[in-house]
Amino acid sequence: MSSNGNGISNGNASDGTGETATWTVKAGLAQMLKGGVIMDVTDAAQAEIAQEAGACAVMALERVPADIRKEGGVARMSHVNKIKEIQASVSIPVMAKARIGHFVEAQVLEALGIDYIDESEVLTPADDVNHIDKHGFAVPFVCGARNLGEALRRIAEGAAMIRTKGEAGTGDIVEAVRHMRAIQGEIRRLQALRDDEIFVAAKELQVSVDLVRETRRLGKLPVVNFSAGGVASPADAALMMQLGAEGVFVGSGIFKAGMDEATPEGQRKVQTAMAAAIVKAVTHFEDPQVIADASAEVPGNAMQGISTAQMAPDQLLAGRGN
Amino acid sequence: MPSAATPPTSESGAPSLRVGVLALQGDFAEHLAMLRRQGVEAVEVRTLDQLEACDGLIIPGGESTTIARLLAAFDLTEPLRDRIRAGLPTWGTCAGAILLADDVPGLDREPLGVMDMTVERNAFGRQVQSFEANLDIDGLDAPLRAVFIRAPVFTRLGRGVRALATLPDGRIVAAGQGHLLATSFHPELTEDDRLHGLFVALCREYASVSSQARAS
Repeated sequence: MSSNGNGISNGNASDGTGETATWTVKAGLAQMLKGGVIMDVTDAAQAEIAQEAGACAVMALERVPADIRKEGGVARMSHVNKIKEIQASVSIPVMAKARIGHFVEAQVLEALGIDYIDESEVLTPADDVNHIDKHGFAVPFVCGARNLGEALRRIAEGAAMIRTKGEAGTGDIVEAVRHMRAIQGEIRRLQALRDDEIFVAAKELQVSVDLVRETRRLGKLPVVNFSAGGVASPADAALMMQLGAEGVFVGSGIFKAGMDEATPEGQRKVQTAMAAAIVKAVTHFEDPQVIADASAEVPGNAMQGISTAQMAPDQLLAGRGN
Repeated sequence: MPSAATPPTSESGAPSLRVGVLALQGDFAEHLAMLRRQGVEAVEVRTLDQLEACDGLIIPGGESTTIARLLAAFDLTEPLRDRIRAGLPTWGTCAGAILLADDVPGLDREPLGVMDMTVERNAFGRQVQSFEANLDIDGLDAPLRAVFIRAPVFTRLGRGVRALATLPDGRIVAAGQGHLLATSFHPELTEDDRLHGLFVALCREYASVSSQARAS
C-alpha cells in the first residue's frame, strides 16, 4: 500500500489484527479531513465551539498566532494538561503543534495520543537547520510550505500532509494566496517539461527525481494540501478552495473575530457564527449564493488583522524552516 | 441534465447508471475515481437536486459530526433519509456507516438512522491505532486490504442486518441490509475496486427493478 516509497515504521495493532503506522494509514487520515476546516483552539471551551460549528479537527496550541505576535516571547508546544483537556472534550481528531526540529515535543505529543502533529513555523523554531525526521513516528505530521520545493522536502522527511504557510495571525490572505499559487503553478510547469528536463527540475527543487516524477504524474502534491495563515472570513476560505486547497486551517480568524463587540458574550456569538459560516463556505466553495448566505449569518466583524505589506521582514513567520 | 422521459444510455446500449457521492466533507474524490473505473457516471452530491438524479449514493469517509452538522445546516437530513428509506441503494464508509446507523452513542447530532444497528465510534482508539489488514468479505472470493482510520465497529446488528466481514477477534466491520451497505474501513484508499463493483451491481439491480415498476 505504500505508494510513494516513503519510509515506513510499521507496528502491529494491539489486538493483533493488522499493521499500524503504515504510510496509507498516516496519509489516509488527511484524506478524511478534506473539504473540512481545522480550527486553532487553546482550551476545551474553544474546542467544543469548534466541534459544534462543524470543524473536522482542532489544532491545540498555546496561544493563537495573533497573540503570539502581540505578546512575543518563546512560543512552545501547548501545556500537556491543556492538550489532555481538549482531547477529553471532543470526538473529532485533535492535532497539536510542535516547534520545528523539536523532536522531543513530537515524542511527547505522540505519547499523549495526538492524532496529527503540526511541525509549525508559528512556534519558535527549536532547530534552525533540521526539521524532525518524521518517518520514525507512528503519528502522522503536517508541515507548512511556501513553494513546491519546500512541500516536497517536507514530504521527503515524512510529512503525510502539507499546508501552505500563509502568514499566521495577520488575517491578511495575501501570503496564503501567494503560496498556493506558487505550488499549483510550479506543478503545472513540471507537467509541461520534457522527460529529460525533470532531472534539472529536481536539482532546482532540491528533492529526489522520484518525488518530482510522482508529483508530475499526479498533477498535484502526493499528499493532501490544505491552506493556512490568514483566513479570516467565509470568502477567504472559499477563495483558497477555488485556488486548489483541499481544506482550510483557520487560526486567529475565528477566536479573534468580533473583538469589537462590547461583551464577551457578544464576542463569543460572532466567533461561533464565524466558525459555522466558514465551514459552510468550504463545503460550497463554488456557490457564491451559499457563501453570501453564510456570511450574512455572522452578526459582527472579522478579526481586525494586520496588513503583511506593512510588516518588517523579521516579523514574518513564513520564512522559518525552508 | 437528461430528461426523465429518455433515460441516457451508455455506448453499449445498456441504460447508464448515475451514482452520487455525498460531497459535504471527506474523501469523496477517492470514491468518485473508483466509481468512474466501474464505467458509471459518478457525480458529487451537495444539493437536493443532485441527490434526486442519482441511482445510488455513497456516503464517504470524513468526520461524522461535521457531515451530520452540514446535512442539518443545508436541510438535507430528512430528504436524504426519506430517499434512502424509499429504496435508494446507499453505501456508507466509516463516517458514512456511522451516519446510516440508528444508534450511535456519543454522537451529539442526529444520524440518518436508516439501518437498525449500533455503531461504536473510534472503536480502536486514536490515530496511532489506525491500521490496515487483510479482510475476508462476503461476496468477494479473495481478501481485501482493508484500511481502518480511527474506525468504528458495529456492536449490534438488528433483525435483517447481516454481518459481511469480521476481524479475527470477532468484531463486525461490514454489514448489509437489502439496498444498504456499511463498512467501517476504506476500500477507496486502496487500488482494489471490487467492493465498488459489487455496489454498482446493487445499484443496477435496484435501478432495473424501479424502472420495471414505473413501466407497469
